Amino acid sequence: MTATLPPPTELRPVAVPRTTTEEVRRPSHRTPEDRIVLVAALAGSVATTWLLYFQILPYSSKLGFVLVWYAVFALFYGGLTKMSQPWTVVTDRLVTTLVIAAPTVVGLALLSTVVMITLKGLPVLLHWNFFTEDMAGVRADDPFTKGGIAHAIVGTLIQVIIAVVLAMPFGVATAVYMSEVGGRGARLVRTFVEAMTALPSIVAGLFIYTVFLVYLGMPSSGFAAALALSVMAMPIMARASYVVLGVVPGGLREASYALGAGKWQTVWRVVLPTARPGLATALILGVARVVGETSPLLLVSGASTYFNTDPFNNPMNSLPLYVYTAVSSGNPTFEERGYAAATVLLAVVLGLFVLTRFVAKEKKSR
Amino acid sequence: MSGDVLAPAAPGPTGVPGEVEDVPRRLTSRHSLQDQVFIHGSRAIGYIVLVIISAIGIFLGLQAIPTLRHYGLSFFTEYRWLPSQDVIGIAAVFTGTIQVAVIAMLLAVPLALLSALFISEWAPPWLRPSLIRITDLMAAVPGIVFGLWVLLFIQPHATHVTHWLSKTFGWIPFFHVRTDVDYPIWSQAPGYPAYAGSAAIASIAVAMMIFPMATSVMREVLSEAPLGEKEAALALGATRWAMVRTVVIPFGKSGIIGGSMLALGRALGETISVVLVISEAFEIKPYVLESGASTISALIASKYKEATPSQLSALLAAGFLLFCMTLVVNTVAAVIVSRSRSGSVTEL
Repeated sequence: MTATLPPPTELRPVAVPRTTTEEVRRPSHRTPEDRIVLVAALAGSVATTWLLYFQILPYSSKLGFVLVWYAVFALFYGGLTKMSQPWTVVTDRLVTTLVIAAPTVVGLALLSTVVMITLKGLPVLLHWNFFTEDMAGVRADDPFTKGGIAHAIVGTLIQVIIAVVLAMPFGVATAVYMSEVGGRGARLVRTFVEAMTALPSIVAGLFIYTVFLVYLGMPSSGFAAALALSVMAMPIMARASYVVLGVVPGGLREASYALGAGKWQTVWRVVLPTARPGLATALILGVARVVGETSPLLLVSGASTYFNTDPFNNPMNSLPLYVYTAVSSGNPTFEERGYAAATVLLAVVLGLFVLTRFVAKEKKSR
Repeated sequence: MSGDVLAPAAPGPTGVPGEVEDVPRRLTSRHSLQDQVFIHGSRAIGYIVLVIISAIGIFLGLQAIPTLRHYGLSFFTEYRWLPSQDVIGIAAVFTGTIQVAVIAMLLAVPLALLSALFISEWAPPWLRPSLIRITDLMAAVPGIVFGLWVLLFIQPHATHVTHWLSKTFGWIPFFHVRTDVDYPIWSQAPGYPAYAGSAAIASIAVAMMIFPMATSVMREVLSEAPLGEKEAALALGATRWAMVRTVVIPFGKSGIIGGSMLALGRALGETISVVLVISEAFEIKPYVLESGASTISALIASKYKEATPSQLSALLAAGFLLFCMTLVVNTVAAVIVSRSRSGSVTEL
């Protein structure tokens, strides 16, 4: 090597294999002509579609307008490109418009979901009592200054905590078994766990309903709801934790064995601490999935209107169930409360996501 | 560390490389008591989970037997659900489940594939992590919220489109709606009641539920396409789409199929958003744009309350069918996806 190279400490060994994190160079380069074509196609298609759709043809649907506009735009863009470029470039550009349009459509749909639900619930959310009172003695069309969802928030909290306490140890222990102990049994368990992540939540609810409520005669309660949620969450958490444990580098385990540590010591002192942020993220994502699950609760928990912190006796309401009862009540005022509760539910899910962000950051700083 | 007895490793004789072919020594180790407790304990928990999981399947299967004994084969061929007359069958809800799931797939899978391609190939690198996070976030949005969104926001617009579809393509059975499509638009009741609550509109909500999952599975597989081949295609003068078509998509084909099937498994069992949107009707019909349909999960959610023991057993049988369907679809999908990625497991 020549002397122009940086000092030897910064030299990387030549034999290091290229990692896949390397980026492909971006070959996109737009000439002014390309830009003009794009802008012309955009402007021309909007104008043409507006003229056709609203002035000449008797349609008025906004969704239809967007669909027709997109077709016209693709036609214009393709045609204009064809005037100066070969077909391969025309296809490339048309596919590019599609590839950009698809996530945009979904993103707009997601955005409109959040915005519409929040706007619809806002008049209710502005009343502070919505968060501090329950619905006991509140009639469906009472003004928003009366009643609230405190009982549903507390119910959701209790049910989710019980469900996580039941599901998390089993989930992580199963994941440890599948990834650290291994063997034929572990493969069998893995196959079952993977298959069960698709367990329809309503079936989990129906199972708990039939076994505990019909056969064992338990009343509808928060505990039954928590059981249904944990049956659903267990495979999800087991698989997510398994994925996280699989990412722990094998070198760490080998180093631990080489120092004379046993299996248990390796798992407890090396593998689990290394995977802790990932496990926390998996847990939070699992909770986020469970919080919004409605259908099993519909079957087993019963929708109370009053405050109930006892998970074993009496029905216990929860946020998703409250939303469902409110929206299917057919009473406009009560429906609006349902939308407000849905906003709270969305905020909870969003909050959990922000939490994963912090957990992930902690990982980076270590 | 004490208590861990590894077999004493004799110092290897292979000091000179290349002289004798290295054969890994077979290490025999006796586990310490601590390790034995750990291994057997975790195995026990694994088997407990296995038992709980299979108990659900076996229980549902056993519950289905009295139903089949009582209603016989007509349980599968009868489309009506009239508990008061003891006429019960799941033919209608079964076809409804398939219809809703298939339409949701038709909506979600192309969008998911394009979005996955956008994230892995088109999006600038700084945008990618946030797009992935948004997809994850979307996966956690409760089904009931998407149900509300369709009910409140999408249905009024979508009925216009389905009305137009049935008016223009009504001669195709799938787009036909049994109402007077030429009835003047200004005298149609607001919201087109003949078009609201159809299988097609319910499947929009389901599509929103399955989109994030399909996208993230597809994106993971597609982003593992070999960089060298991608650059080679570009170096040969391929446009980006040509590169994607010849390198990325063939590489990720099994991931795309597997991701779609995982999404299908989820779509079959989606309950609450369907219950909210669909107007319940027990009827076998190809007219997916027409108001009225039902799915197995919606049936369970709406009928469990007033069910007598024999009807509860019928619902359990329907649940068992749903369970088997999702199980088969999901297992096949998991096999396809894991084959495409040499043993690594699928992300949710």
